[in-house]
Amino acid sequence: MRYLPLTETDRAEMLALIGAPSIDALFVDVPASARLGAPVALPGDASELAVERRLGALAAQNRAAGSGPFFCGAGAYRHHVPASVDHLIQRSEFLTSYTPYQPEIAQGTLQVLFEFQTQVAALTGLPVANASMYDGSTACAEAVLMAARATRRGKAVLSGGLHPHYAETTHTLAHSAGVETHRLAAAIDDEAAVLSRLDADTACVVVQTPNVFGTVTDVSAIAAAAHAVGALLIVVTTEAVSFGLLKSPGEMGADIAVAEGQSIGNTLNFGGPYVGLFACTEKLMRQMPGRLCGETVDAAGKRGFVLTLSTREQHIRRDKATSNICTNSGLCALAFSIHMSLLGGVGLERLARINHARAARAKAALAAMPGVEILTPRFFNEFAVRLPRPAAVVVEALLSKGIVAGVPFSRLEPTAGLDDVLLVCATETTTVEDIAALAIALKEEIAA
Amino acid sequence: MSMTAVGRPTRPEADSDLHPVAAFGKGLAQDEPLIFELNRWGETGVDFDLDGEDDLTCRDLAGLTRSAAPVLPGLTEPETMRHYVRLSQKNHAIDLALYPLGSCTMKHNPRLGERMARLPGFADIHPLQPISTVQGALALMGELAHWLKTLTGMSAVALPPKAGAHGELCGLLAIRAAHEARGDARRTVLTPTSAHGTNPASAALVGYAVREIGQTDEGRVDIADLAAQLGPDVAAVMVTNPNTCGLFERDIVEIARLTHAAGAYFYCDGANFNAIVGKVRPADLGVDAMHINLHKTFSTPHGGGGPGAGPVVFSEALAPYAPTPWLTFEGDRLALIEHSIAAAAESQGRICAFHGQMGMYVRALAYMLSHGANGLRQVAEDAVLNANYIKARLSGVMSAPFPEGPCMHEALFDDEWLEGTGVTTLDFAKAMIDAGFHPMTMYFPLVVHGAMLIEPTETEPRGEIDRFCDTLLTLAGAAKAGDVERFRSAPVAAPMRRLDETAAARKPRLRWTPVDA
Repeated sequence: MRYLPLTETDRAEMLALIGAPSIDALFVDVPASARLGAPVALPGDASELAVERRLGALAAQNRAAGSGPFFCGAGAYRHHVPASVDHLIQRSEFLTSYTPYQPEIAQGTLQVLFEFQTQVAALTGLPVANASMYDGSTACAEAVLMAARATRRGKAVLSGGLHPHYAETTHTLAHSAGVETHRLAAAIDDEAAVLSRLDADTACVVVQTPNVFGTVTDVSAIAAAAHAVGALLIVVTTEAVSFGLLKSPGEMGADIAVAEGQSIGNTLNFGGPYVGLFACTEKLMRQMPGRLCGETVDAAGKRGFVLTLSTREQHIRRDKATSNICTNSGLCALAFSIHMSLLGGVGLERLARINHARAARAKAALAAMPGVEILTPRFFNEFAVRLPRPAAVVVEALLSKGIVAGVPFSRLEPTAGLDDVLLVCATETTTVEDIAALAIALKEEIAA
Repeated sequence: MSMTAVGRPTRPEADSDLHPVAAFGKGLAQDEPLIFELNRWGETGVDFDLDGEDDLTCRDLAGLTRSAAPVLPGLTEPETMRHYVRLSQKNHAIDLALYPLGSCTMKHNPRLGERMARLPGFADIHPLQPISTVQGALALMGELAHWLKTLTGMSAVALPPKAGAHGELCGLLAIRAAHEARGDARRTVLTPTSAHGTNPASAALVGYAVREIGQTDEGRVDIADLAAQLGPDVAAVMVTNPNTCGLFERDIVEIARLTHAAGAYFYCDGANFNAIVGKVRPADLGVDAMHINLHKTFSTPHGGGGPGAGPVVFSEALAPYAPTPWLTFEGDRLALIEHSIAAAAESQGRICAFHGQMGMYVRALAYMLSHGANGLRQVAEDAVLNANYIKARLSGVMSAPFPEGPCMHEALFDDEWLEGTGVTTLDFAKAMIDAGFHPMTMYFPLVVHGAMLIEPTETEPRGEIDRFCDTLLTLAGAAKAGDVERFRSAPVAAPMRRLDETAAARKPRLRWTPVDA
């Protein structure tokens, strides 16, 4: 067995030193009725080559996004990840290390987290960022709980532009914790509708920009209105590349910004693992969930970094902790941080502009088409279109022409009555030829 | 120390046998500034693929754009490689040496998993692309589920949870939903004092009050106390097994029976499943729900703090309350039930976007297929053997709170043996760093004074384990001999000396600011 170094001689000698007659003598505390006498009914061990064949065959049954024109977004985005990012995250010292609880021998991870927090703070326009959450959706749910704690109020209003998966995740967690959620009906361009439900019991309003339909909104007025009644504003962003171009949540008055960071440094992975970004105002710092890395000095006066403010966390505060989160998304945060370090602020802005330009070309190609209505008034790199027939049917038809046209909104929320809405996304990986192929195929399909 | 004719040591300088390894802070090892101190403001290290007709003015977004690009430095590739490789060298890692953190299961991470997870058919597929184009991904999820169910004997598994604590949340949400479905709203969760902090934190998150169960002198759940505390208000009993003292809960079948008799569910924290995988099926112990940390037992890399994955296996009674999505068949094709309607009306709903940690599923399945049913059994046996070997080798010198009988996959010591030496558990742990080893888990479980919890795992060669034991015995001898200063000043050979954590918390500095420049 290639992963198990002990030899039979080792085992015999070790048992002898322990003074145990057999390995089973070490399992003596297991009730006899529950001891398995033989291996369970699963296949036996396999060579590396055999496992590669088996998993390679499964991988081959999937259509990789890069194998043809591809327009899916809606919370997960295909971007180019520089080669050095993947190389560096496979460094043994990053890949196979534990949470940095022993700071003297984990400064690599800790300094990365400090840099990551600084980058996330700069992108979101808020002063404090944590060391990552599982993903954007769980970060959103935790933000709502945090707002409820901070305001001592029990109600959250979720906009109709919030990604349905985020809304459901937030509802599940909030409901269990005794926080009421009011989710508005799906709306393409009405983030401000959250204000209609605002009252003295409202802990927070949750809006998304760009929202799930791609609509970009300046939420400054929503922030002011929420603050006027003592509620907090949570701004959700699923496409982190948009931070390079659009007004940041902090600039618009958000108290908490949460985002999916997958777009920067991380591949699609069929939905996970991803990395949740979480930032807030100074005032809310001690209510934050998750790990925080802070600067300090060592016994020789040299600058170093440690995990800090741990009295918020489960391993210290147990049932009084701000969250139950322990393991988060360390390596995905590293990938994010490396890619961000390569891009720099000006690089991210340029990347964002290219994304917008490609999406604008896709929109122009579709807008001219009879039977297709562009629904999103202001977008970053994705937009919604109304088709003359159910979007899922159109997507299947275009698939037979080798094109993945986008995400039918009904896939996210079948009950919304928006079966004819298709979400179309373009990034820097989308070529002019891809857009032309989509336009031709869609035109044929609609005419058919 | 002997010298050569030119006055150099005949072997690498190590100021005693306590410092056989001085891997850090020496020779070419460089201090590395923050990326914000590398003078790369306003630059970028990425060249973009532009099409001549791209309109980069973004005029249609007027009024919505930020006033200036984010103020962050951009490094070229050579600078980036140096920065992160230098930083990496300040980390300990399982690829460098034994990583004996009890409760954390730091074992070797097979590189086959990394290769497989990067196949475009797994890494470059979108969670919302047509189901017909991801049949291989769904088949992989189905196969992983089959392995997890067979290894645990349970009837269902929820794959979405993104880590162990997320799995606890998922399991407790199912338990709460099951009680509520009967109109039986219960408010309390019982868990031992020795539990992981995530157990009470997860219970509180689901709205439960948490009460602690006492522990016997043998380091196990006090059945009498459990029986006394069980009642109509108890929703669940959460027990880690093997427990955090590294012991198998001998009375676990009785714990389950008492729990069920009181109308409560038995949640098992499966963080320590590595000790029993292939040897014991949790279903045979009476477990109703258990999360499995794929980053522990099934060796997906810890990555400096994640990502992990925490699938939860369920009994038949709890299965309907699993979170969406889950796998199903439509004819002969695999499909996903993604919404809490129709067949999933009783589901607890979503606990995250999309379908969970696919990248971790691939790695975990590669690990399972490689080991097979026989290899996984060997994993548990070797993990338990290594821990008992360490316990046997160190017990003459270090004191164990529960010396009787075998331990499971981890050996627990306390600080009684350090009494009167002036050396604390913390000092001892930090001195281990100078001696070339990562410390064990300290001060956990909370029920043992000055706890030192050592988990070697099955992937350590015997030579490494012997070297580890030799080092600890030598250090223990130094502590008992009164060499206090060596311990209090440790570490001295690490990239950093002891860090001032109190100062960090008193005036938190959580990001770099230009004032630093």
